[in-house]
This record gives sequence, structure tokens and C-alpha cells, in this order.
Amino acid sequence: MGHRVPHVTHYLTEHFADPGYTTLSGYRAQGGYETARRVLAEQSPEEVIGTLKNAGLKGRGGAGFDAGLKWSFMPRDQAGPSYLVCNADESEPGSFKDRVLMERGPHQLLEGILIPAFATGAATTFLYIRGEYAEPARILQRAIDEATAGGVLGSNVLGTGFAHQVVLVRGAGAYICGEETGLLESLEGKKGQPRRKPPYPAECGAFGRPTTVNNVETFCHVPHVFARGVDWFRSIGTEESPGTTLFGVSGHVERPGLYELPLGTRLDEIIFEHAGGVPGGRKLKAAIPGGVSMPLLPAGHLDVPMANEFLREHGSSLGTGGVIVMDETTCMVRVGCVISEFFRDESCGQCTQCREGTGWLHKLMLRIERGGGTEADLDVLEDVAGKMEGQTICAFADAAAWPVQALLRHFRSEFLEHVRAEKCPFPESFEL
Amino acid sequence: MVSVATRAAIDAEIAKMPEKRGALLAALRLVQAEYGYLPPEVMEEVAQIFGLHPTEVFEVVSFYNHFHVQPRGRHEVNVCTSLTCSLRGGRGLLRQLQAYLGVRAGQTTEDGRISLGHEECLGACGNAPMLRIDDTYHLDLDWVRTQQLLDGLE
Ligand SMILES: Cc1cc2nc3c(=O)[nH]c(=O)nc-3n(C[C@H](O)[C@H](O)[C@H](O)COP(=O)(O)O)c2cc1C
Ligand code: SF4
Ligand code: FES
Repeated sequence: MGHRVPHVTHYLTEHFADPGYTTLSGYRAQGGYETARRVLAEQSPEEVIGTLKNAGLKGRGGAGFDAGLKWSFMPRDQAGPSYLVCNADESEPGSFKDRVLMERGPHQLLEGILIPAFATGAATTFLYIRGEYAEPARILQRAIDEATAGGVLGSNVLGTGFAHQVVLVRGAGAYICGEETGLLESLEGKKGQPRRKPPYPAECGAFGRPTTVNNVETFCHVPHVFARGVDWFRSIGTEESPGTTLFGVSGHVERPGLYELPLGTRLDEIIFEHAGGVPGGRKLKAAIPGGVSMPLLPAGHLDVPMANEFLREHGSSLGTGGVIVMDETTCMVRVGCVISEFFRDESCGQCTQCREGTGWLHKLMLRIERGGGTEADLDVLEDVAGKMEGQTICAFADAAAWPVQALLRHFRSEFLEHVRAEKCPFPESFEL
Repeated sequence: MVSVATRAAIDAEIAKMPEKRGALLAALRLVQAEYGYLPPEVMEEVAQIFGLHPTEVFEVVSFYNHFHVQPRGRHEVNVCTSLTCSLRGGRGLLRQLQAYLGVRAGQTTEDGRISLGHEECLGACGNAPMLRIDDTYHLDLDWVRTQQLLDGLE
């Protein structure tokens, strides 16, 4: 954990150094669940959604969709149950914030779930967590059990008469189950293959019922918005992207880790001031702003504020806020090999463009890296990536195409060097 | 036949879900914990419990990386080979592990002690390179530490 600038507001992680904060009594000692109790007792669901819309909280799972707006899509007049889903599948390479949010603040997450659960009238929240997260699952289940025994969850939530249960569901190793409709399929005990949309989950989601899916971090912000108010929340971050976020910084930096900082903090400030810059006096070559799906930025473009409205101008996006830093020794074709291998292995295989395209991208990358590539291969890479974009059931294929396009846009000369030298010109680079 | 305890645990998972099938992944996890893998007759029994055709269960099993239809080693050792871990030596670690154990990723040592594998990002990139042994993460590794971890396995 690095909170190096004292004036920075960090509300999500404020108590994370305290191990007692993971218990119900420790959480309550910090005023925990008071906000949810007050909101559920005093406000109508419409008021809650109105407040959230005014706050402008954007989803932190990658797409940045407005949370209050998403909740307003839930039908209020239907008979039968509706559901909330907490997406804890966190599998985007470069992301590790949700794990820490669950391990250090499980009750903060549960309180963040209760408020939208009440606002959307959901009977149950399914908390879908990736199978590898055994330790966070254990911590969460303990928190759920404690909260249920303590009257925080169950038939009379915090004495307000609202009924809500949280059911923890563990995945079994498949990246695509992070895509919200792949997740819903998996939740129903099926292969995690994304659904065609429409219908959208708010209409027909988990088990055929109206459902809203949000990311772990998105929920965690909610109690703070209601505890301190919309004006306070909007005073942090940017006009379009209020609040803080957890930037996970990894790769070639002195101090890898999570940094809770306002949205709009400049990428170079995050890398050099907070994460300590590149070790060994080496120069920075490129950085990925938000997990491997997001197009990378070369060294000259790092003065960008980390919020979607600014990153968009640089052809990239905030994604999950997982910043991956690469120093000057790094071979960008190897980076392409590693990223495209990931997408080849994790494609769910439903769409031909994605299944075949991800395989091709990886094969071409490897061929170029090994010195067997031709100049024409670069055009084929671009062509394949272009044909994958916007053509498929889910956004996975776009996410596979974007990093390749960005690599060719910014580092085409390096690809050409491989072709001309018939070998990799970066002997110092990381081992492939 | 799955044990009485496993069957009871499966029923408890079913009770949590609005539809029975929602507990299928949990049931497979429980059964695999009992047998170490998923033999065909056990998958058929699971199919029966859920009122599914056995092929429906096979399909699900083959979709998810954590389910195994062949016997496994006593321990799963999985090295992360996604981008951050690779940048910090994860693939080198995997190469050394393969040489040290005399197996390739995807194989099990002859003594049945270790199934070696590699995985995509495990959500611990701030502590790269890292690997997972069964349910436990081991962070900020170098080769000396990795060797100690392996030698400590039964
Ligand atoms: C291929 C793919 C993988 C995704 N993986 C995740 C994930 O692991 N966690 C997550 O919260 N959202 C993930 N998403 C985004 C979800 O589909 C969904 O937009 C998100 O959970 C909504 O939550 P939010 O609005 O709170 O951000 C993924 C999307 C795609 C296309
Ligand atoms: S785009 Fe890829 S991952 Fe998404 S549904 Fe199609 S094949 Fe599956
Ligand atoms: S890249 Fe290895 S844990 Fe994320």
C-alpha cells in the first residue's frame, strides 16, 4: 500500500492497515453500516438512485458506465425476484485491486452492496468470485456469516425491515466469466459463454430475472458517497469522473503496489512520484494505463490525466486502472506475444473472428519475434485485428485487437527491425 | 459414489440457489476435492443429482481450467505467465521449474507429487513474479525461494 502524499483523500483504503477492520465489530467501530442503516430507514429507492446519479459514480470494472443510471434501468413493478451481482472475477492482467478490497475491507463491500440492493429492490446479491481467489473467498464468507448473524443481512437488514441475502459463488478458472453475461451463464451452472444482447441483464439476467452487475470497487465507493454527500464526492477527481480509484502499478517500477488516488491524476505522476519510477536508472519505454486490454502509451504520452475523457484522446482508456510499466530493455514484440497468448487461450470460442483471430495474432507475433516474419506479416496483423473489432458477441475480441493495433501504431519500427535482422534485437529483454 | 458428507455439502449449495443447476460448479468442486479429479462415473453421478444429461456435465467440466478429468499430482504448482509476471521473470521461473522437476508445464512428476502448470494473471501483479501452490499464493519470488517452496512439499 502506498499513500505517499498526505493531502490525498483516500477513503476506500483509509482503514486497510487495521486487521480488525475485516471483522464486524472492527468495521462498526469505524462507523460501519451506519450509512446503510440511515439510507435504508430514511430514503426511498428513487431518492437513493437520484443521489447516485447526481454523484456521477462511474463503474470501475472496465467500461466506466454510470452506476446510478444502470440501477435506474431495473424494473420496479415486476412480480418475482430481481438480483444484484457483484463481479469479483477480476482477471484482467495488471489488475489486483478487487482482491485487496475484499481481503482488507469485506464489510465495506457488503455495506456498498446493501444500498443499491435496497434501491433496486433486489432480494439476493450473488457475489461471483474467481476460483483462484480462495483466500478472499474465505474472508468474504466469514464476513457474510458474521453480518447475517449480526442482523446486517437477512430478513430484517439493520432493523429496517428490508430483506437481503448475499450468496458467494466461486468460479472455476475462465477469464471470460468476468464479462457480465458470461458471468451470468456461469452463475447458472453453464459454460461461461457471453450472451447476445439484447436482452440486457436489467431485463433478463440471472435465472431469467432482472439483474444488475457491478464491479467490486464500484460498490465499495457507494457508502462513502452517502456518508459524506454528493458535493464532497464530486470535489474529488474530474468533472466527468469523480472520486478516487485504486491504481494498481506493476512491472518495471521501484515500488509496485496499489495507490488510491483521485481520478485524473496524471499517469507520469503515478509512475514516477508514487511508484518511484523505473529501477536501475533505466528509461521508461511504454506503459499500459488500465490492464492488458487497453492500448499502451509510449513514453512521450504519459502526461495524460487518468480518466476516460482524457485517455480517449490518446486512443486508450482507463480500463481497470492497472498500470503496467515497461522499461527500455523491453522488446515490444515479446509484449505482443505474451498479450496475444493470453487472448488466444481465453477466447470462449463462440465467434469465428475471435477464435481464429486470436490464434492468428499470436502465431504472427511469435513468428516475427523468432525472426521468421516478413513485412507483409505486419499488414496481416493489422488486417486480422481490424476484422475482429466490433464484429463479435462480446467485447473480448476488441480487447484482443486493441493492444496489437497500439503496438503497431507506436512501435512499428521495432517490428520491422525484427523482420530485417531476422532475430530479436533486444537480447536484454525479459525471457519469453 | 460420492460420500455422504460431500452429498450433504452439495445439497447445501443447491439450497442457496434459485435453480438447482446454479450449484453445479460448486458440486464439481466438492466432488473433485474428494476424488482428486473427476472420473467419468462420478460426473455421471453428478449429472444424475442435477437431473442433467452426462454430456451437459462433461461440457461444463471441459470449459473450466480448474476441473480435471485425469488424476493429478498431490499439489498443483501454477506459475503466472501473464504480462507483469513475465516482465519480472515469471517465464524464466517456469523454465527453471520444468528443468528442476523434469516435467513440462501440464505434466505431473513421476512420484505423483506435483502437477506443474502456468496460469494467466492471478491478481497479484504488485508482487510479481508469483505462483500458486494449491490454494496459496507465493509472492515476490526468486529462484532460491521457489526451490525452497518446492522442496517443502510432501
Ligand atoms: C472480456 C471481458 C472481461 C471482463 N472482466 C471483468 C472482470 O473481471 N471484472 C469486472 O468487474 N468487470 C469485467 N468486465 C466488465 C463487465 O462486463 C461489466 O461491464 C462490469 O462488471 C460492470 O460493472 P461496473 O459497471 O461496476 O464497472 C469484463 C468485460 C469484458 C468484455
Ligand atoms: S468475442 Fe470471443 S470471447 Fe466474446 S463471445 Fe465471441 S468468442 Fe467468446
Ligand atoms: S501478471 Fe502475474 S499476477 Fe498479474
